[in-house]
This record gives sequence, structure tokens and C-alpha cells, in this order.
Amino acid sequence: MALISSTHSVSRYHVDGKIEGSVLEEVRNALIKNAIPKIESEYDEISAGWTPVESPYNPDFEAFSFQFGTYFLFSLRIDKKSIPQKLIQKYMALEIEKKKEKSGRDFISKNEKSELKEHVTDILMHKIPAIPNIYDVLWDYEAGNLYLYTTQKAANEFFETIFLKSFNLKPVRLFPYTMIEKKSDFSSTKKDRALSLAPVKYSR
Amino acid sequence: MLDIATAYNKYKFLGNDYLTWIWFLIETGADISGLLKTGDVVTLEVGNSIVLENNLGDKSKEKISIKGDQAGLEEGTTALKKGAFVTQINLICKINEDEYTFTIKGESLNVTGLKTPKTDLSKNDDEIEGLVLEKASFCFKIFEVIDTLFLNYMDQRTSDDWTVKGLQDIKKWIETY
Repeated sequence: MALISSTHSVSRYHVDGKIEGSVLEEVRNALIKNAIPKIESEYDEISAGWTPVESPYNPDFEAFSFQFGTYFLFSLRIDKKSIPQKLIQKYMALEIEKKKEKSGRDFISKNEKSELKEHVTDILMHKIPAIPNIYDVLWDYEAGNLYLYTTQKAANEFFETIFLKSFNLKPVRLFPYTMIEKKSDFSSTKKDRALSLAPVKYSR
Repeated sequence: MLDIATAYNKYKFLGNDYLTWIWFLIETGADISGLLKTGDVVTLEVGNSIVLENNLGDKSKEKISIKGDQAGLEEGTTALKKGAFVTQINLICKINEDEYTFTIKGESLNVTGLKTPKTDLSKNDDEIEGLVLEKASFCFKIFEVIDTLFLNYMDQRTSDDWTVKGLQDIKKWIETY
């Protein structure tokens, strides 16, 4: 669990809007509906979804809690299949030999090579297990603050898509511009002034 | 609101300027607790790295990384004089008795390598909720410091006397090296 580890890397978000109806029930339903499948699909290159922080490999939100004090805490799991290039090279060499033997030729065309590569990649993709990556998500619902415990770009992009799909709420990344727009109590004149600034030059 | 990707790129300089200001506050012994207006005693120190960048005019960039404990101040201020700006800084923040270290990136305000104070709670099932809440509260304290100082900086940058006061103070600090 990243949140209780000794060091943290965190991306922060602001959440606009509220959930209609019973928040707890709606969040539970959305987590269950968008949980990562328990059984890995052998055809999907990438599979992503929610899982309880205390049970990353058994996405059971009935058995494990997602509410800690006044916060919601769960994990985003992204399972990705990645075929090492050397493995593709090995199987390509074997398949090329087979093809040459079968055709009686001592060469194969560029098109045949590309078809073989597709075939080899397809077979290996089915055989190879996906590697799971787990990122904790802490949601202070009342304050509209959301924390993703990673700063990896790909994980952030997955997270933003899945969060919006699950809760119908758009998470807005916090960075200088959005901090001013979403987290300041500046008047609109002050905001306009801030957004018309230019970088400071300290050089003479 | 602007498109997020456009806004990120257009205003990332505000985060870099902010980090330069943080460095100035630290080196000039500014009253951080006073700026934060909390009852806590908060101090900041530069940790083990500062990264600066300088646009060289021909679309290329010069990157200056200063690493190691007591990250070299003079090299950094010399770079500032040449037009560089801070893009990343490692900070040590003390809040009362508790010490936190982290690296903050200007353009995203992302926090990496955040080390929070040690906790007495264990990862046992019966203490897990307490541990989560304690860890969360540690993280929130640091975000509170970062956000309050950022908005304080923006308040100063947009005030009428910025060019005659705030900016001049930073320039004077840089000139002392």
C-alpha cells in the first residue's frame, strides 16, 4: 500500500461536483462496477480497474473496506502485458526457419516477415501473464481533493479516464493554473491579473 | 477555463517562479510560519538538490543540476543572474517537531520522494485505519504548506507593489552573491 510506505510520490486533483444520492452507496457501486476483472483476460494487452487497498489481487469491495475515517481509499490496478523484444526475436527466428523449410525457399519476403511478426506477437501476447502495477487513490470527498500516489504520466492518464467513467466526476489536475482557478479565493480581477503575468527575469 | 494541456504549458513558469521565491525565502530567513498564518512553527531548508533551467534563445535549454547535501548556493544564484529559473527543488520542512523531506517540481507542483515523520502504528489489521489516517494527515500538512505559500506568492505577484518591493528584494538577494 503506497500510502503507508516510507516515501510517497503524489499527483493531486480537484474534483468538481458532487455525487447524487447516497455517496457511500454510489461510490461502492461504482468501484464494484469498474473493479479490475478477477480473472485475467488472455487477449487484453492492458486491463485496468479499481481494487481494495488491502486486497490488490482480489477486487472484492464487499469484503474489504474503501472507507477510512471520512476519506475513500482504494487502488487503481493496471495490468499490462509486455513482451520482451528478445523473446520476439527468438520466436521470429524459429518461425522463419519453419516457413523456409515448408516453402522450400531459402528466403522469405518482407510481407511474410511482417505477417510472421504479427502472428508471433499475437501468440506470445496470449501466453504471457500481465504485470500488475498498483497505485493508491485517496479521496477527500467533502473537500473535493483527490490524491493519486504516483506521478507517472501513463498512470495519471488511465486514472483520469477511469475515474470520470466510474463516478461521472471530472478530476482536474492541480498545477499552477488550476490552483489559481480552483483553489484560490482570488477575485476575478486578481485571477485575470495572475493569468496575464509573464516569467520573472532576474538577469541584468 | 482554458484547455488543460494549453494552460499547463502556458503557466508552468508560475510554478518555477514560485520555487525561486521559496529559495529566496529560505536563504533570507523569512518567517514561514508568519506567511502560513498557522499556530504551527514551520521552517523550510533546501535539501539535497536544486535543478535550474535556462532558455538559450535558439529553442535549446541549459539544465543546471546542483546535488548533494548543502546544495551549492553560489552556482545556483549565478545561474539565476544569467536568466535561469528553478524548475525543481528538494526541501526539508519542519512542522513543530516533525520533519518532512520532499522534491517539488515547479511546472506540475508534483511532490515526489515525500518522507513523512515516523509513526508508532503498525500495519496490523487492527491499526491499519489509524495508520492510513495518520499518513494521510502527514501528506495533507505538506500540501497545505505548498498550497498556502503558492497562493501567498501569487497574491504578492499580483499586488501593486510587486515590482517595487517583492521583485526588488529577490534581485537584491541574488546580487549579494
